[in-house]
Amino acid sequence: MSDLALAAFAADTDAHLVDAPRTERYARFRRGFDQRAYLEDLWERGLRFVGRSATEFPPLLRAIHDPPPGLFLRGTGAVESLSATAVAVVGARACSTYGAQVARSLARELAAAGVIVVSGMARGVDGEAHRGALEAGGLTVAVLGCGVDRDYPAAHASLAREIAERGVVVSEYAPGTEPAPWRFPARNRIIAGLARAVVVVEARERSGALITADLALEEGRDVFAVPGEITASLSAGTNGLLRLGAHVLTAARDVLDVLGIEPRPRPRTPLPEGAARRVLDALTAGPATADELVGTIGLSAAELAPALTQLELAGLIAEGDGLYRTVMPGG
Amino acid sequence: MLGRATTHALVGLEPRRVEVEAHIAEGQPSFTIVGLADRACQEAKERVRSGIKSAELAWPGTRVVVNLAPAGLRKEGSAFDLSIALAILAASGQLEPATLRGHAVVGELALDGRLRPVGGVLAVAEGAKRAGLERILCPAESSPEAALAGVDTIPLRHLAEAVSYLRGGSRPPPYVPRVGQCDPRPPPDLADVRGQERARRALELAAAGRHNLLLAGPPGTGKTMLARRLPGILPPLQDAEALEVTRIHSVAGVLNGAASLVCTAPFRAPHHSASAAAVVGGGPGPRPGEASLAHRGVLLLDEFPEFQRPVLEALRQPLEDGTISLARANGRALFPARFQLVATMNLCPCGGRADAQAECSCSPQQLARFRAKLSQALLDRFDLVVTMPRPRSHELAGAPGEGSSEVRRRVVAARSRLECRRPSRSDDADALLDRAVDRLPLSGRGRARVARVAATVAALAGAEEVGSEHVAEALSYRSPRELA
Repeated sequence: MSDLALAAFAADTDAHLVDAPRTERYARFRRGFDQRAYLEDLWERGLRFVGRSATEFPPLLRAIHDPPPGLFLRGTGAVESLSATAVAVVGARACSTYGAQVARSLARELAAAGVIVVSGMARGVDGEAHRGALEAGGLTVAVLGCGVDRDYPAAHASLAREIAERGVVVSEYAPGTEPAPWRFPARNRIIAGLARAVVVVEARERSGALITADLALEEGRDVFAVPGEITASLSAGTNGLLRLGAHVLTAARDVLDVLGIEPRPRPRTPLPEGAARRVLDALTAGPATADELVGTIGLSAAELAPALTQLELAGLIAEGDGLYRTVMPGG
Repeated sequence: MLGRATTHALVGLEPRRVEVEAHIAEGQPSFTIVGLADRACQEAKERVRSGIKSAELAWPGTRVVVNLAPAGLRKEGSAFDLSIALAILAASGQLEPATLRGHAVVGELALDGRLRPVGGVLAVAEGAKRAGLERILCPAESSPEAALAGVDTIPLRHLAEAVSYLRGGSRPPPYVPRVGQCDPRPPPDLADVRGQERARRALELAAAGRHNLLLAGPPGTGKTMLARRLPGILPPLQDAEALEVTRIHSVAGVLNGAASLVCTAPFRAPHHSASAAAVVGGGPGPRPGEASLAHRGVLLLDEFPEFQRPVLEALRQPLEDGTISLARANGRALFPARFQLVATMNLCPCGGRADAQAECSCSPQQLARFRAKLSQALLDRFDLVVTMPRPRSHELAGAPGEGSSEVRRRVVAARSRLECRRPSRSDDADALLDRAVDRLPLSGRGRARVARVAATVAALAGAEEVGSEHVAEALSYRSPRELA
């Protein structure tokens, strides 16, 4: 169990270490390191550690060229769940409502099919992906660029708690490690390493999500990108990936097919009748604001509002910043 | 020699009886006012002395002491001038002291002896009525206001007129406001707003059910324009409400000229740099703030997140119970503040969010900071939240919208229906509410709010019962997740 000593030493020296350094300082540290006390302390705080050499360490992650010395875990999820089939859903922090909705419904579909959704718990796409997986009652894994006891970003503290209730929050950095800009690209290699495929939902031209995609390609994992408008800078990164030959993602089925997973057949909800049907048809042509729908369908604002709620409750459309759009086709 | 006059000082909106005693004694000529009089009140000395001389009456050339009793109550302002002058005239034997009995006195003196109107006359007149005083001597311009309290008003233009009346002369002629003086401009009309059908509908619901409304959207989409048209579709105030509003406006000194009774719902729109004291009231007095001036009307907070956090949080109490209670070392003032809150905001600091023609350049941190300004507790107070997207050009080129008068007709009908009997909910409607609580981010308070809005929707539709379609419409105006 030299993995734990290495991880603890890295935290002590605030360094990023993959292999044990051959320095006198490390040798001294190892001699004085009380592994048992350290593990007991972790245990008391409800945290766990899985070393790189442990059998339950996820094999996919061990296979990357610079696997972390080990992973610190927070949450009740089984360690083995890290080795189950996982898909990473990543993207921009400042995402559009389109990106947020796609991330959420994609994660929901994947989780419903039994796939574990891996992401980085950042604002925007990452957070939505975790939420979508939780909504479907699935397992999700959050990979942090700081200690697992730190809620970063602070706005996602309650999300972190929810993830930990069923899944796990993991990090290669020892508890107490502060978030630092250079740790996030390193964190991305773990996201890519845990997943069989990486889906980039929305990314600008220079985005952390593209680093994750590059790392996944290097390790031979499948990379998917969600196409976006060619005029939107938020889609420049994902459209660039598509130009380079990434898989196109238009539905959760695209990923599941490549992974060879049969999507769970969804109970077909009967399509609504009357006004709601007309609204749904109009939105299938493209997203629209309520006022545009009033104009195209010829309903009054008072007649339109109940139809919108009906469709929203049925999970067929979603609203963001005043724009209504159909939810991504599932399965 | 002693002379006495009765008036009322205001603590908040509450009149407190004040006896003005004047004593003239032998000694060096001097003039002293005692009894916790503030600066404006102390300066009454100069106005009273000049006023008495201008009225061709005699200023006693000896020692004059005026006491404002109870001596422990702070007295502010210039409304005591007339009572001080009359008490001195009575003390110097120029008036029969008994003639002042049964009169309340209020008014400010000009140096030439004319009387100027003061604020709070309605509250003073109500105090006089409660104290059993039959008549009130007040400046002519304030007399219609004083008459609202149901006391006999003696409208005065000059100190000499007051003296001649008290000496047994005829009653001064009633006050006739100058024509055209009180011609408030009509509020802007809804017909000016093109497109924005959904926001118009929300405005109508807000007017009918007195709901708090939040309009969010990129700049230039007509949020403020729409909000300013809310007063135009509100029903006129009922008599009791009108009296309440007039009392507050009179104390704050914002009563508009000769219009005695405020009959239309007030509309206040403080700038976002306003302090907490300006919005909820304050000062040593204390004086009512914008929230109280908007009582029974509309308080518009334009650019809602730009207001200082303490201001927004201070509004939570009045939003809940409709009153503002200001504690001071020497007592407590209670101001009514049952207003309808209308707020507008952009969706992000740069304003580009939800705008098809612009791209938002805000960083996630900026966005988080912007949203952190609005606490969930505050957002929960809005019954209706509407995102107003930028209208397309053809919407702007379309026909003008429905005018305010038709909308107001529907609002008035719905209000009277809601006041008669709140419609009950059907089983369908209850089932939909329960389903919504399960599926949407909707709290218990949110549920109650949706139920209230649904009742308004039903009332506007003229329905006997709140059905599921009414609940469904109400649900579509709930606060979206992105704002929280």
